[in-house]
Amino acid sequence: MEFSDFLWMTCGIFLTLATFSFLYKDNPFYKFAEHLVVGVSAGFFVVVLWHGTLVPNLFQKLEDGDWYMLWLNSSEWWYIIPALLGVLMWTRFSKEYSWVSRWPMGLYIGISTGIAIPLEMSNRVNKQLHAMMIEIDWANFFGGNILSTTSGFAQLLIFVGAIAALIYFFFSKEHKGLFGGVATFGIWILMIGFGASFGYTVMARVSLFINRMQDTKDWGIAAFNNAEVVNPHYGAQYQIVFWLLVLFVVGYIINEIVSHLKSKQV
Amino acid sequence: MTEHKNIFDRMMSLDRRWIFLFLIVVCVATYTADFTIPINTEAEVESIFNFLDSLPEGDIVLVAIDYDPNNLAELHPMTYAVVEHLWRKKVKIIFTSLSQLGPAMADQAIRDISDSLKVDKTYNYNGVEHNFKGREIVNGVDYTFLGFKPYYALIILGMGQDFRLNFPSDYYGTPLDDLPMMQGVINYDQVACVVDLSGGNITDAWISYGQGRFNFPLMLGLTGVMVSQYYPFLGSGQVSGIMGGLLGAAQYEELADNPGRAKDGMRVQLFAHYVIILFIVLGNIGFFMSRRKRMEGGN
Repeated sequence: MEFSDFLWMTCGIFLTLATFSFLYKDNPFYKFAEHLVVGVSAGFFVVVLWHGTLVPNLFQKLEDGDWYMLWLNSSEWWYIIPALLGVLMWTRFSKEYSWVSRWPMGLYIGISTGIAIPLEMSNRVNKQLHAMMIEIDWANFFGGNILSTTSGFAQLLIFVGAIAALIYFFFSKEHKGLFGGVATFGIWILMIGFGASFGYTVMARVSLFINRMQDTKDWGIAAFNNAEVVNPHYGAQYQIVFWLLVLFVVGYIINEIVSHLKSKQV
Repeated sequence: MTEHKNIFDRMMSLDRRWIFLFLIVVCVATYTADFTIPINTEAEVESIFNFLDSLPEGDIVLVAIDYDPNNLAELHPMTYAVVEHLWRKKVKIIFTSLSQLGPAMADQAIRDISDSLKVDKTYNYNGVEHNFKGREIVNGVDYTFLGFKPYYALIILGMGQDFRLNFPSDYYGTPLDDLPMMQGVINYDQVACVVDLSGGNITDAWISYGQGRFNFPLMLGLTGVMVSQYYPFLGSGQVSGIMGGLLGAAQYEELADNPGRAKDGMRVQLFAHYVIILFIVLGNIGFFMSRRKRMEGGN
């Protein structure tokens, strides 16, 4: 690993520790890491949009035209129209002319809605309703695996569970008697669903921590183990950077402990 | 007079930072210890693996790396496992990255995987030994990286007409018509399936505007937070398979006999979950006991 790569990796480890330090309490290092992420993300997105979208999808389309002809002599001159619509969005900065920005917005929302409504209805409503009301496979009720979506039991559970969960949200009738019992079953179904989501969320958060541990381990290996094998210019600078960061972290922890003890004495 | 606090009251008022510290200690200790745990594979991951494994040499798969670096921990292992598996089988890949901060990260991952395939390897899965002869993965021949464009729903629809509509050139600036792999490749009709590895709403667009409109087999790799929302689409047949979080990635690594960061992390997951379950049980006991004490006290 080149020393420059190692320095970037060290920055990553520092930012990791700065971010995790929030678990103890808010501090300037956490604030720095937080603002850095937001700033870098915004800056990076602007560059990606410019080079990845505006240049190939607009400027390069019009490049065979001339600016003094307002690119109307370009072979693909119609790209001026979306460009103009885009420029109209900037009128939002003017109090007097901000209404003009409604034209491109209206066009965009109109197109999006026209595309979205039939596809969303078909794919997120109709197909889901159809899947919920599928004919129950009584012959294969318990199946090879009872929790498999192809077993009759799962099909029945999905149907009954969906109806019961919907009944829980029906407030025009008091939740009493049989109706109340079904509503209670519905809330149990919802809770099981939330529990599954919670379990997966725990796994997701632990995964983030695991990834940071893996990178920290790689960083430690890069600093010490056999780096000269892959990098002939390997030298003490790797360990110096490593120990500087360790020293910094240990110093910060000691400082926090001393401050805590002092505040208790007062 | 100060009220006497029993162990359950103390449990309920425990500073949460002790829980964080305990969890960190368990995670670090488990990660440091060198042991492996068995990975049981599930049908929804097996269906993805079996489909991709059945593809003949030269077929094309669209792999959508639709996540930002903040989801890298869970989804990168999936990307590495799926892409390496496809390239081992000489299946060609069209990459997209419709998440705004994803393209540079995706480019780095593509280069890393390309490098890892330069050496000979032996894999053992489905009871058969597969010898892979190391080879150079060539841009434009083995893969095309289209990069990022905003408004993912419109891009997904546009690719159904022609990839060149939204991506006149690839991520590196080469016109698509100049890439050997893209000769005769117009739209999804020439693609065997789409594998969407996503950490956000882009998956909804792939389901509604992609699979729903163009009817290609769609397979998902999702973050743990998202995955339970997408199981209904598996039941309805709109999605052919799901890999959920680090566990899904570990299962794919297991199936492809290609252990990576996901399998490496599963032992930590196991013990971290033990700790979380322990605290949930203790928290509930503490809650019910202190409630009983309050009720007995007439409060």
